[in-house]
Amino acid sequence: MTNQPRRILVAIKRVVDYNVRIRVKPDGSGVMLDSVKLSINPFDQIAVEEALRIKERGRADEVVIATIAPADAQATLRNALAMGAQRALHVVTEGASVEPLAAARVLLKLVEKEQPFLVILGKQAIDDDNNQTGQMLAALWNRPQATFASKVELTDTAAKVTREVDAGLETLEVDLPAVVTTDLRLNEPRFVKLPEIMKAKTKPLETLTLASLGIATDARVKVTRTDPPAGRQRGIMVKDTPALFAELQKRGLV
Amino acid sequence: MSQVLVIAEHAGGKLNVSTAKTVKAAASLAGAEIVVAVFTTAGSPVAAQAAQIAGVSRVLEVTHASNDHQLAATLAPQVAEVGKPFTHLFAPSTTFGKDLMPRVAALLDAPQISDVMSVESESRFKRPIYAGNAITTVEVAAGTKIIATIRTASFEAAAGGGNAKVESVASGVTLPSHTRFVALAAASADRPDLQSASKVISGGRALASADAFKLIYGLADKLGAAVGASRAAVDAGYAPNDMQVGQTGKIIAPELYIAIGISGAIQHLTGIKDARTIVAINKDSEAPIFEVADIGIVGDLFTIVPELEKLIDASRK
Repeated sequence: MTNQPRRILVAIKRVVDYNVRIRVKPDGSGVMLDSVKLSINPFDQIAVEEALRIKERGRADEVVIATIAPADAQATLRNALAMGAQRALHVVTEGASVEPLAAARVLLKLVEKEQPFLVILGKQAIDDDNNQTGQMLAALWNRPQATFASKVELTDTAAKVTREVDAGLETLEVDLPAVVTTDLRLNEPRFVKLPEIMKAKTKPLETLTLASLGIATDARVKVTRTDPPAGRQRGIMVKDTPALFAELQKRGLV
Repeated sequence: MSQVLVIAEHAGGKLNVSTAKTVKAAASLAGAEIVVAVFTTAGSPVAAQAAQIAGVSRVLEVTHASNDHQLAATLAPQVAEVGKPFTHLFAPSTTFGKDLMPRVAALLDAPQISDVMSVESESRFKRPIYAGNAITTVEVAAGTKIIATIRTASFEAAAGGGNAKVESVASGVTLPSHTRFVALAAASADRPDLQSASKVISGGRALASADAFKLIYGLADKLGAAVGASRAAVDAGYAPNDMQVGQTGKIIAPELYIAIGISGAIQHLTGIKDARTIVAINKDSEAPIFEVADIGIVGDLFTIVPELEKLIDASRK
């Protein structure tokens, strides 16, 4: 055994806050993002929490947070540090969004640099809803993946992960190092206390650039148009159960 | 001409209906050759089932002992190998496809388009973002190999009656042993499958206990319906996770959807907006669910549901 610290890398993304009701621009050029509230992707917040709990159980020495985002996303990283993580890595981008496969390539570089035994990320970001990056990282790294996790149990060499799948709850055992992506019921993230926010301001935050990592992020999938979804018409209201039943019968549904 | 490889989803020797829906999406490409790949163990009947899907020209059957459980870690290298000559690789956007396809895309260095709801051309697709609150049209350069997951609620199942040739394909790739199946705690098998049922009855937070949730099962069994639940009901422990309907649960498109005691959070509505008829039972007349319901009734579910059951019973006498 080496004396390398047992490290967990958590990748987070800054997204439009889940409480914001998204509006599509009338000209179809995208969604309105001016002055909307931005927050850590909720699934990634669960990822941070899980990493911290693993550390608190004595199974990790250090939790490192990483993000790939414009320079002003530093506040999001500081929030994750305030939750209790030790360090952060900020791969700064210039505006253009980074596709999942490019993001996975960036994360692979960070994995090579940090040598974590576990990488945890949200199963998807709630902006693009792609649900790709964790699996892609696992493939590029040639390591196991356990996606949509609702329970993670660690031994020294493996992780037993319960996954939320369509058929029920599937349990996998994966050798470490591995990639885990989180589902909603894995945990409930802690609230950040003010002293922790103050402390987070002085925690180490390393800035890297895409160029220094040698990753090209040219978009291969281009969004050519954004439209609002087709709405449903509001239907009828019925006054009582017999009227409901009659309506269902009329439509041949019961 | 496009050559589409559809990755079959199956379990317990049965092809999942999501496969025929994915074939239907592939059939949107005029003149495309549609091939289904079945990754299975020796002696499985699944390839023969896939051969019956209309529009499929060939079925590639890849057998390997590790295909007993459909794990992304061991499937992805096989899919990537078999998928090399194809222009498009499609799988259903179920937890099976969502887990598997990004791993395949990374192995093939190809972009993935998730949750395709419309195949506009061989290089143009529509997909939802922001929990379905916006629909994007996305495009790749002509000739780009595409990995896609297909939003099954957006496509009907391709018909049966096909008679495609089944070809056995030997897989020469070395598969990793770093990922092992331990167990599957399956959902109740005596009710219709939520993802493919024509009728779904869902309960929400207003049920207020796991015990009261039995009311939902009772009505569902009377109608031969599958049972769903809102995220709030699942989080509260009234119903298991695999019943969750919504953006982060299952996205469904039944003929009839009855939402009982569900207020209708955006993430829930995202999961049901392709349902043919939505019925809402809720005591709060301001609940957002009524904005999308075809038939709404304001009242106490604990009164209305038993009344409805009695009327159904009486009509069948």
